[in-house]
Amino acid sequence: MRHLIDITDLTTEEIDELIAVAEDIIAQPEKYQEVCRHKKLATLFFEPSTRTRLSFESAMLSLGGNVLGFSEASSSSATKGETIGDTVRVVSAYSDIIAMRHPKEGAPYAAAKVSSVPIINAGDGGHNHPTQTLTDLLTIHRERGSLNNFTIGFCGDLKFGRTVHSLVNALARYTGIKFVFIAPEELKLPRYLVEDTLEKKDLPYQETTGLEEALPQLDFLYMTRVQRERFFNEADYIRLKDTYILDPEKLKSARPDMAILHPLPRVNEITVDVDADPRARYFQQAANGRFIRMALIMKMLGLKA
Amino acid sequence: MNIDSIRNGYVLDHIKAGASMEIYRLLGLDKLDCSVAIIKNAKSTKLGRKDIIKIDALIDLDLDVLGYVDPDITVSIIRDGVQVEKKHPQLPKKLVNVLRCKNPRCITTTEPHLPAEFVLSDPEKRTYRCSYCDSEYHR
Repeated sequence: MRHLIDITDLTTEEIDELIAVAEDIIAQPEKYQEVCRHKKLATLFFEPSTRTRLSFESAMLSLGGNVLGFSEASSSSATKGETIGDTVRVVSAYSDIIAMRHPKEGAPYAAAKVSSVPIINAGDGGHNHPTQTLTDLLTIHRERGSLNNFTIGFCGDLKFGRTVHSLVNALARYTGIKFVFIAPEELKLPRYLVEDTLEKKDLPYQETTGLEEALPQLDFLYMTRVQRERFFNEADYIRLKDTYILDPEKLKSARPDMAILHPLPRVNEITVDVDADPRARYFQQAANGRFIRMALIMKMLGLKA
Repeated sequence: MNIDSIRNGYVLDHIKAGASMEIYRLLGLDKLDCSVAIIKNAKSTKLGRKDIIKIDALIDLDLDVLGYVDPDITVSIIRDGVQVEKKHPQLPKKLVNVLRCKNPRCITTTEPHLPAEFVLSDPEKRTYRCSYCDSEYHR
């Protein structure tokens, strides 16, 4: 049985196939509206989320399926001390597929060991978030018509930002991509990603602390939020949270066709007056999340339109 | 126990000096009721100093632990007082329940019953990575 724990669980061909299906879903949604009839998706969210949970639920409903689950740990038996394994053994008896978010890293991997239905990692702490990556890839593909030959800048919390880690891993398989990492010293990309993913493959990358100096060369700017929940120390969070704020003034030096992406939610790292700029693509990116999750659910259940 | 003459058991030789107690602990040798001899800082022409462990029983020996601690160790298997086989443990590709992940964000820290799995990520640097959270551990 297939699970999706890490974006590297999918081959490049499978990612390309998912993007092609998502593009077809966007073009002809009516073709897919009964594909998952009588199938049930369980959303086990041990940590709050709006976009990811609702986009999974919307994806399953758009395929004609049903959803059940919980949206925070306090409304599950986790509060009674139940293990991940026990919860998943039980829920996999009630559903055909599980999307799981958990604050602890590796929780979906532990779940996959005992589940009798496919597990989709919907985010495990600061570790991985493969369906956000698929959303990001679909957005990049829709913007450029390809996943090759561009320069992408990642800005903000690159240490704990799981969306960044997964997207870097995924893009490393394509060709002609230059990476620019913009982060304060304390929130730089983890060394293992630099060494194992970028340097081993000899991919061009640049690390900098300056957003303005990096902007003119970018085709994509991937902004991230400094996440309070990833810090053990509140003082560190307060010191670092406002390091980068993208506003119309800074955008003057960016290319006219650069696309601004953000996994959302944003706090103040992109000012609201940027939203009217045609380069702001983050709400479209969020909308794409439903289509790629529809394609993924179908694939994991072995269903076709 | 006469440490020079084992009837049925193992001689773990060429252990880097000082590493024998870690092996003793990781192999759970303290739980055995047979004789176990630890020889520390023995003279060695190859290593200068080395440790040796002798186990007077043919227990289920975890070669992965030995390969992880020191792949230069040699394991002699003794039957009826005669060495019948000599093994050289390899650096294992996967370790289960040998290390514990120290990342406080890792699920194995809150659910310690989960098998602690580590996968060899860089044989040259002898780096292992937690299968759950990807945290790295160097030997």
